[in-house]
Amino acid sequence: MQSKERMVGGSPEAIDLRRKVHIGEALIQGFLFVCGVISILTTLGIVFELGRESLGFFTRQVWENTDKTLATAVDPDSTELSLSRGGTGIQAGDLIRIENEIMRVETATGEVAIVVRGQQGTEAVAHPANTTLFRGRRVSLLEFFTGSKWNPQIGHFGILPLVTATLITSVIGMAVALPLGLSVGIYLSEYASDRARKILKPILEILAGIPTVVYGYFALTFITPLLRGVFGQNTVQIYNMASAGLAIGILILPLVSSMSEGALSAVPRSLREAAYAMGATRLEVAVKVVVPAALSGIEAAFILAMSRAVGETMVVAIAAGQGPNFTLNPFRSAETMTGHMVRISGGDLSYDSIDYNSIFAIGLLLFLITLSLNIISQRIVRRFREVYE
Amino acid sequence: MLSLKPIAHPGSRVREVAEVGASPHDRYVIEARGLNVYYGSFRAVKDVNLKIERNKVTAIIGPSGCGKSTMLRAFNRMNELVPTARTEGEVLFHGQNIYAPDVDPVQVRRRIGMVFQKPNPFPKSIYENVAWGARINGYQGDMDELVERSLRQAALWDEVKDKLKESGYSLSGGQQQRLCIARAIAVKPDIVLMDEPASALDPIATLKIEDLMRQLAENYTIIVVTHNMQQAARVSDYTAFFNMDEDRAGYLVEYGPTAEVFTNPRDKRTEDYITGRFG
Repeated sequence: MQSKERMVGGSPEAIDLRRKVHIGEALIQGFLFVCGVISILTTLGIVFELGRESLGFFTRQVWENTDKTLATAVDPDSTELSLSRGGTGIQAGDLIRIENEIMRVETATGEVAIVVRGQQGTEAVAHPANTTLFRGRRVSLLEFFTGSKWNPQIGHFGILPLVTATLITSVIGMAVALPLGLSVGIYLSEYASDRARKILKPILEILAGIPTVVYGYFALTFITPLLRGVFGQNTVQIYNMASAGLAIGILILPLVSSMSEGALSAVPRSLREAAYAMGATRLEVAVKVVVPAALSGIEAAFILAMSRAVGETMVVAIAAGQGPNFTLNPFRSAETMTGHMVRISGGDLSYDSIDYNSIFAIGLLLFLITLSLNIISQRIVRRFREVYE
Repeated sequence: MLSLKPIAHPGSRVREVAEVGASPHDRYVIEARGLNVYYGSFRAVKDVNLKIERNKVTAIIGPSGCGKSTMLRAFNRMNELVPTARTEGEVLFHGQNIYAPDVDPVQVRRRIGMVFQKPNPFPKSIYENVAWGARINGYQGDMDELVERSLRQAALWDEVKDKLKESGYSLSGGQQQRLCIARAIAVKPDIVLMDEPASALDPIATLKIEDLMRQLAENYTIIVVTHNMQQAARVSDYTAFFNMDEDRAGYLVEYGPTAEVFTNPRDKRTEDYITGRFG
């Protein structure tokens, strides 16, 4: 009984209380810290890149056709341009472009403009008569947020059609996924027998594992014909937002149901027992005790679902339509923000084009929409949240 | 006539005031006859016959794992919340077998309430905790008055009257347990089952709960499971001693007035247990 002796009469130096270095612990701690840092840095990097490229969108010179042409040819030294009638007027201070040469307008009176030649590093060259004039300008935030036409190639920079399409498909998706998903969650956590749960949960997981492109074609080849059958061929277009929205709803349903089931199951059994012991029915226990107690977890499920719905790309790219269309009718075709991004970025998008920068501007707005939806819903739920210990 | 049968309209659960018409002045309010409870193939309670007297405190004591709690939960059909649990025998509540096929457990639990080992208030305000049971049972009267009366009966009113809107979790453990008692009696049950109601509390809070049990016995029949023999001796009128053998199935060894069981036990095993030789 050596240990006993040490306990009773042991010499003080036999007990070592000095700090020991645990290399394994330090390594793991360091590894976990690095993981956290990487994820934060990645997020910051993405936001930075989004911001930088969108800044390019708003500071970029875009050239707008003035429908004016040169009335007479100009040689490289001439600073006086005679212009055709009609088209948009140009003013002093404007930048104009003729072929590849950029000029700054000094004075403009009627059909005569005095210009400084060869601006912004371009070379003053001769231009023949009837060459088109382009006027340079920048995209304003006001135009971006209030314009109802989107086509950057020809100078339409209103984001609204893309935003409304995104909101309509997302709202339809959420209207399907939230009530259904929560109901499935309540069923699995409060009602289902072990056997039913064992069958249902893998099925939901399979649903969650189907690639979204499949959902896209499911919408196009199954939901759309169904909608057209019910509401009429003339009401429902072949590409429409309702069909894409419903497919999004089915797509995010497993996410909502499995996350809310997790939150509901985590509510302590003792709360359920307390309610049952007062003569509550199963439904009362589920709806009036378990769901309110699990609200913060359900909220997390809803927020994640919302972000998925807003950010969903493949389904809308396939089924909602290929062209910005400002409409609130879910049976019409329209292009969402993500759908537009994926369409124009396919193929030969050049790095130095307005389309390229516009992708990042749309992406930044999408990010801001998701962020503010998250913040708003957190505020709302905080008011109703019940905290159990 | 007291009816425990499922009511026709589950949506509106407004009932008449519980009339204990059949036998309102019977000496015994609930009785177990040949009761066996199984979890799967394991028998937790074996052949128990036990009659509980009205407006008295009856204590169930015995060593850990001898089926005391299971026995208690058999009185309001709480065992069946465990999917594998199965009950045989009868429990007669005012002469009606609560395990009869046409009896609704919801109706049973409405009349036989329960307080648990660990305080388990709802994550709602103090007021809502007390009002909850009455509300789901379609209480039509003055809710403020009911909440106040229940909290007064639970000896908690003076401590919480100024913070009824605060969460039930803002209270101390002992206060939470009295809140749970107020919540249980707000639905006006006949019987209150208590499953080691003071075991998670400090000695002062425990004494308060014990005082409260004595007071509540004026209006309610109380059955309390406890592993604390002093507590059983202090609060109860009757004591039932449960024990188990090798098969771990709990059975009733001795049942009688508390004074007799503690001072003059008839069974050797009871004597050994209360003198601290095992358990």
